[in-house]
Amino acid sequence: MIAKIQKYLINSTEDLGRSIIEMVNGLGLMTEFAGRFFYWAVRKPFRFHLLTEQLYFIGNKSIFIILLTGVFTGMVFATQTYLGFKIINVDSLVGAIVAISLAKELAPVLTGLIVAGRAGSAMAAQIGSMKVTEQIDALEVMGINSIQYLAVPRIIAATIAVPMLSIVFLFIGNLGAYLVGTTTLMIDEALFFSKLGEFMVVADIAQGVIKATVFGFIIAVIGTYFGFQVEKGAVGVGRGTNLAVIWGMVSVLVLDYFLTTFLVKIL
Amino acid sequence: MLTFQNPAISLKNVTKIFGEQTVLDSLSFDVERNKITTILGFSGAGKSTLLKHILGIMQPTSGTIEVLGKDLSTLGKVELREFRRNYGMLFQYAALFDSFTAEENVGFPLKEFTKLSKEDIHKRVSELLISVGIKEESFTRLPSELSGGMRKRVGLARALALSPHIMLYDEPTTGLDPITTKMVNNLIVDTAKNHKDREMTSVIISHDVRATLEISDYVAFLDRGKIVEYLPVDEFKNSDKELVQEFLKL
Repeated sequence: MIAKIQKYLINSTEDLGRSIIEMVNGLGLMTEFAGRFFYWAVRKPFRFHLLTEQLYFIGNKSIFIILLTGVFTGMVFATQTYLGFKIINVDSLVGAIVAISLAKELAPVLTGLIVAGRAGSAMAAQIGSMKVTEQIDALEVMGINSIQYLAVPRIIAATIAVPMLSIVFLFIGNLGAYLVGTTTLMIDEALFFSKLGEFMVVADIAQGVIKATVFGFIIAVIGTYFGFQVEKGAVGVGRGTNLAVIWGMVSVLVLDYFLTTFLVKIL
Repeated sequence: MLTFQNPAISLKNVTKIFGEQTVLDSLSFDVERNKITTILGFSGAGKSTLLKHILGIMQPTSGTIEVLGKDLSTLGKVELREFRRNYGMLFQYAALFDSFTAEENVGFPLKEFTKLSKEDIHKRVSELLISVGIKEESFTRLPSELSGGMRKRVGLARALALSPHIMLYDEPTTGLDPITTKMVNNLIVDTAKNHKDREMTSVIISHDVRATLEISDYVAFLDRGKIVEYLPVDEFKNSDKELVQEFLKL
């Protein structure tokens, strides 16, 4: 019995150790991959048409879902805040609180999560399927660096598109909060705006934009990295896509904490 | 073992070790210019690894590889990338870019590496596609709308776009029906013939014995990382090596 428990404990410790080593190793490989992105991003040829294509895919094609999510997030958040604030009779602050929360946290984080789910997974799936069908080998044989051709435009596009989408989210979220606040919750329109102007500062928006920029970069690095790691056919593509979504989302949430800690000190 | 005066490809004592596994074992072998050479072997013999070494995608653990007189190990990354424009490669499943039409696939290397105008690219692409037997109505089709044989043709046209000096074929007839196999074989022979005046050496990696004996000038047999036989095709058929005879009977 004791021997069995001992064996179980040893095996569990070994598994845990192996997982940690694999994770650290993966993190190292991903960092190296990001380094290769920087190396190739500043080297000719610059393929602007690929960047435009990716901006369209990550940016324009995400607009509808960002609008939909943003407006309802603003509406729900305004309603919940109102219910709490009404008790202490500060319901006039609903607009300001919603706007600040959206600017600093909700807009960049939710935009990041949406882009990780939509574009990050697509990056991994596209590159992964190119890998298993030897299209990446074909690029390399032609003398084209696959990281420069496939990863660079995607990473730059996501780094540009995510903060822009986050601003759209912020705007539409506030619009949702305003509509619910002034029509359903009967908050005075003048008070809604005056408090918003009084409490919200440019640094709040800057904080959100900086976060969204970092999220965009990380999501695309993770998405493209897992695409290049794909092996073993369709199963591998599915696994790569899955990992890209999970790690993309987890990274957004983990990084959000560290970025918040850092940004509140400097902004 | 065959040696040539001025080979297109020359491998000298090339060894490749992955972990504890020796995939290429002190392999020495020349490929004659302007001829079709096929490397036969069982699965796992090291054929694909050898191909990657010839392409410079993989570096040997030891030994040297010369292609068109250049030692690949002396080339820097950028030089090697530029040097690869001397190669054309037909992949096992053609490896066409699935978001591009047939026309765009063939035009891709021309767009990337030449300063040809759109009109000139279009003209060259049409010539290439017609030369491999693709009809004009299929030019705008995506790879998913093409048959296996047509994809191979488009893949060959793309490989030929930059007029390579070394044409590599990775299992060109695997998974094809007999008629398409014959068509691909004819295409390989015709390509070699049509480009003889401007030098084209063809290397085929295969385990299709019948096709190999039909189209090759020389045949090498690779087994566990070593070339165990390398002869002109007619002599290869009568090889006294037991393993080769066993393979030929399959």
